Amino acid sequence: MSAAPTMELPRPFLLGDDDLGPLPLPRDLIGLLRDAGLRGRGGAAFPTADKLAAVAGQRGRPIVVANAVEGEPASAKDRALARLSPHLVLDGAVASAAALGTRDVVVAVSDAALDERRALERAAAQRRERVDIEVAAVPHGFVSGEETAVLNALGGGPPKPTLKPPYPFERGLDGRPTLVQNAETLAHIALICRFGAEWFRREGTTLVTLRGAFRQPGVHEVERGGTLGDLVRKLGGTSRPVSAFLVGGYFGRWVAARDAAALELTPERLGAGVIAALPADASPVAETARIVRYLADESAGQCGPCVNGLDAIATALDEHLHGHDRLPQLRRWTEMVKGRGACRHPDGAVRFVESALDVFAQDFAR
Amino acid sequence: MKQLKVDPIACDGHGLCAELFPERVRLDDWGFPIVDGDVPPALERHARRAVSACPVQALRLQKRT
Repeated sequence: MSAAPTMELPRPFLLGDDDLGPLPLPRDLIGLLRDAGLRGRGGAAFPTADKLAAVAGQRGRPIVVANAVEGEPASAKDRALARLSPHLVLDGAVASAAALGTRDVVVAVSDAALDERRALERAAAQRRERVDIEVAAVPHGFVSGEETAVLNALGGGPPKPTLKPPYPFERGLDGRPTLVQNAETLAHIALICRFGAEWFRREGTTLVTLRGAFRQPGVHEVERGGTLGDLVRKLGGTSRPVSAFLVGGYFGRWVAARDAAALELTPERLGAGVIAALPADASPVAETARIVRYLADESAGQCGPCVNGLDAIATALDEHLHGHDRLPQLRRWTEMVKGRGACRHPDGAVRFVESALDVFAQDFAR
Repeated sequence: MKQLKVDPIACDGHGLCAELFPERVRLDDWGFPIVDGDVPPALERHARRAVSACPVQALRLQKRT
């Protein structure tokens, strides 16, 4: 994996030196993050300031949860951050805790991420603030990174989502108002505290994970904004001819290679930053079927529409791949499943299927 | 106007709700309820009957949020 930022990036880096000395605490972190325009980097691109304000507006003793679980198997950026810049993640959590008037921070990592857990524990032991930082492992799995699943697991339950409301900001860990922020989001907060909102708007970076037919697969730190075409070119291009890119990971969307030059990488599109390149000689239907089978198998198994719907869609994709026309069923079931789970797992999966049906219409037609 | 909500985690797909309240509940291809949430006063009695008949208490009739 290449974890080094590209050369033309301005300092400071997310994946650079993470020991930047005492953390300056801003008087108004919510206002600062609002000025910076920071959006959550866990996938949903929710405005970070709004999430913080929601917790601050609650009664009761708040708690901060740094989410470094990174359930999406194609993503590696949160683990890279935890290994290479654990203090930045902790800085962001400590700054958030200070803004909320609490000393309680829990850092959640996957129980499969041993090096990351060690790095975070070592960093936590080096902290000088009067903040109680606990590093806790939750069972590995795609859905276990979802915020209510993380809280459920930290509370001693299974790593499965719970029904919202109540939202974590209202009633989260131990029933307390809980701020759950993705690890990269917290690292951004750390840098914004030091270098300011204007710096972030001008020079702030973001992490992406490249998969598939790229010359330099792995985690990269890049400038924000620009088009998909710019990004691919800046990061060394593809290793062979490519038919399409998957932007935003398994819950993202396919983009035909010919549309890459025009595709603006907005925070919503980028999601958690996974970009996969599909080689031109690979079968889009087979790749879509493979990923959807994985997503169906990774359902938490709690909600009927997700358990049955995703399995039916995955089976239909496999049958379609093997010569049976299943387009009518695929269209019916993607529509049927939408919005009917406790979490967004089924929605993300069907959005992925719909984009495949759209972008690979010719491959699916028979 | 009230709103009918299903808790998808609690729901086991018994299907009684669709039988008792077909005006607002239909079943998907796997027997799980698809709920059209808005319940006007005239239908509230039927909605309540479906709510109390659910064997796992997965249905709720609540104020619109």
